[in-house]
Amino acid sequence: MALISVSSLTRVFDVSKPWLNRVIERRAKAFLTAVSDVDFDVEERSTYALVGESGSGKSTIGRMLVGLLTPTSGSVEIHGINLATEADAGKIDKIRSDIQMIFQDPFASLNPRWRVRDIIVEPVAARGGDTTGMAERLLEQVGLSALDAGKFPHEFSGGQRQRICIARALSSEPKLIVCDEPTSALDVSVQAQVLNLMSDLKDNFGLTYVLISHDLTVVQHMADRIGVLYLGRLVEEASPEDLFSDTKHPYTQMLLEAAPRMDGFGREAELPEGEIPDPINPPTGCAFHPRCPIATDICKAERPVMRQIKNTRVACHLAE
Amino acid sequence: MSDVVLSIRGLSVEIPTRAGIVRPVDGVSYDIRAGEILGVVGESGAGKSMAGNAVIGLLNPPAHIAAGEIWLNGKRIDTLKREEMRRLRGKEIGMVFQDPLTSLNPLLSIGDQLTETMLTHLDISRAEADKRAVAALEEVGIPGAAERIGSYPHEFSGGMRQRVVIALALCAEPSLIIADEPTTALDVSVQAQIIALLKRLCRERGTAVMLITHDMGVIAEAADRVAVMYAGRLAELGAVRDVLTAPRHPYTHGLMASPPLASHGKARRHQIEGAMPRLNAVPEGCPFHPRCTYAQDKCRAAPAPQIAEGHAACWFPMVVEKAS
Repeated sequence: MALISVSSLTRVFDVSKPWLNRVIERRAKAFLTAVSDVDFDVEERSTYALVGESGSGKSTIGRMLVGLLTPTSGSVEIHGINLATEADAGKIDKIRSDIQMIFQDPFASLNPRWRVRDIIVEPVAARGGDTTGMAERLLEQVGLSALDAGKFPHEFSGGQRQRICIARALSSEPKLIVCDEPTSALDVSVQAQVLNLMSDLKDNFGLTYVLISHDLTVVQHMADRIGVLYLGRLVEEASPEDLFSDTKHPYTQMLLEAAPRMDGFGREAELPEGEIPDPINPPTGCAFHPRCPIATDICKAERPVMRQIKNTRVACHLAE
Repeated sequence: MSDVVLSIRGLSVEIPTRAGIVRPVDGVSYDIRAGEILGVVGESGAGKSMAGNAVIGLLNPPAHIAAGEIWLNGKRIDTLKREEMRRLRGKEIGMVFQDPLTSLNPLLSIGDQLTETMLTHLDISRAEADKRAVAALEEVGIPGAAERIGSYPHEFSGGMRQRVVIALALCAEPSLIIADEPTTALDVSVQAQIIALLKRLCRERGTAVMLITHDMGVIAEAADRVAVMYAGRLAELGAVRDVLTAPRHPYTHGLMASPPLASHGKARRHQIEGAMPRLNAVPEGCPFHPRCTYAQDKCRAAPAPQIAEGHAACWFPMVVEKAS
């Protein structure tokens, strides 16, 4: 059975102005659909990557997976338990301790007034668990020294801080770690260290990762399955091999084409058209049609449904 | 085409601190010729932005130029008085910063910002400036330029704002543009558009560009030459194809192998151990030696001499494997 099962997940945010402005300026309420009808499954001990540009809803999905946000409709089931609707508090508590999160900015996600030891053991200490020697052991597992446990976060560089965040995420022995852009704030040479560490830990601890990133090349090596998001909708899902060699969706093709390449000397890439539309008023039909080079009438009228083509799932009328 | 627009000679920037003097830029020399894009690449703290700020005279005190010379079009500019430097900025040197929202004035329409820049630096009439503002916006690809001239920065998307900033940087027809991480805040699909725009405009006008970025991919696609910086020093300088396909400095070599290349499959990534030294603790000798797999006693004793075009600041530069 899949560890995570997401079905028709939707999240709508109310982005209306305050009521007085609405009365005076005669504005209607405004709603932003950040995530719209997303389905996917994540197998145990695999890495599932969610990729998309800003505003594609990837972080919102991540937050719904760990229960920081509740879905507007649809469901997230972890081990068959829906955190948003489950009535048994004991079951919820059990699942919660299996989920951890690593955030993008290691400068903002560590309490500057706490010692590293306290930061790392907090997920366990908060539940009253035994934490003797735990911080020291975890620090060594993430490539730092046991002596670092008594230091404060400001004494570490960005890459080291992200290692502390990883140690904290590991302390409650989770099964699932949701990583929201874990390397985006880091330098290139340090990114490789952190990604390698994450791969090693996955094997050692039997972890499942949901890896959120805007950079296809970062997830290419880590992921077993990649889901590409556009304007809150899942447009393509495939294994990395299929996604890179046999790209089905025109948006994914555009992303791959537009990414700067190390061997692209003086390359004149085919430039993408336009920018991401306003998510408050998304285009009709397929959200990508105004920028799509192959769009036809049906794309403007009808929202494509997810179709299975060989091992790829794609939401495009014209993909084959 | 071969006339040198900007020439930096042995530039050092120092910041006095309580713990002693730190040197974020240490003896850096490079030239940029007309119509050429020089990519300055390095990790955070490598001194790449600091060098750019020194050129435009925007170092925040107590940071100051401690040694070296900066020449622009045959004129020495690091010794200019503040007032003279102010007149040079915008006129001779245009700037594009990372965040387009904070580099535009939110209270002025973009048309006003463009005409103000032109009226300050060029000897033209108000009507002429208005006309040129529309033309400038059209040139950077803003649809409906004539209608949008009265719009304010918040009414544009991130990519469009960066186009406006580029129009602003170019409107006084400077001979040098300093673009400090111009696409870092933008999405991939928009980044490609902005880089292409910058490339096209500078080629057409023969403007020299200093493109500061941490993204090797952007450098590969946009730059003609590349300067790799590490801990305030120039590690390697040369034509972009040479440096990227056959890096001579072990740091460049590691940097090139760090980002996952599409062809590498699922293998582990090559990683450089450790991190860049803090500026108050730059090691003796070659600053890269603690992280370098090839370091020898000579590297620990003294830094490699500063370098000329096509060379690396390394005692034992890597053998160039001739790329076909």
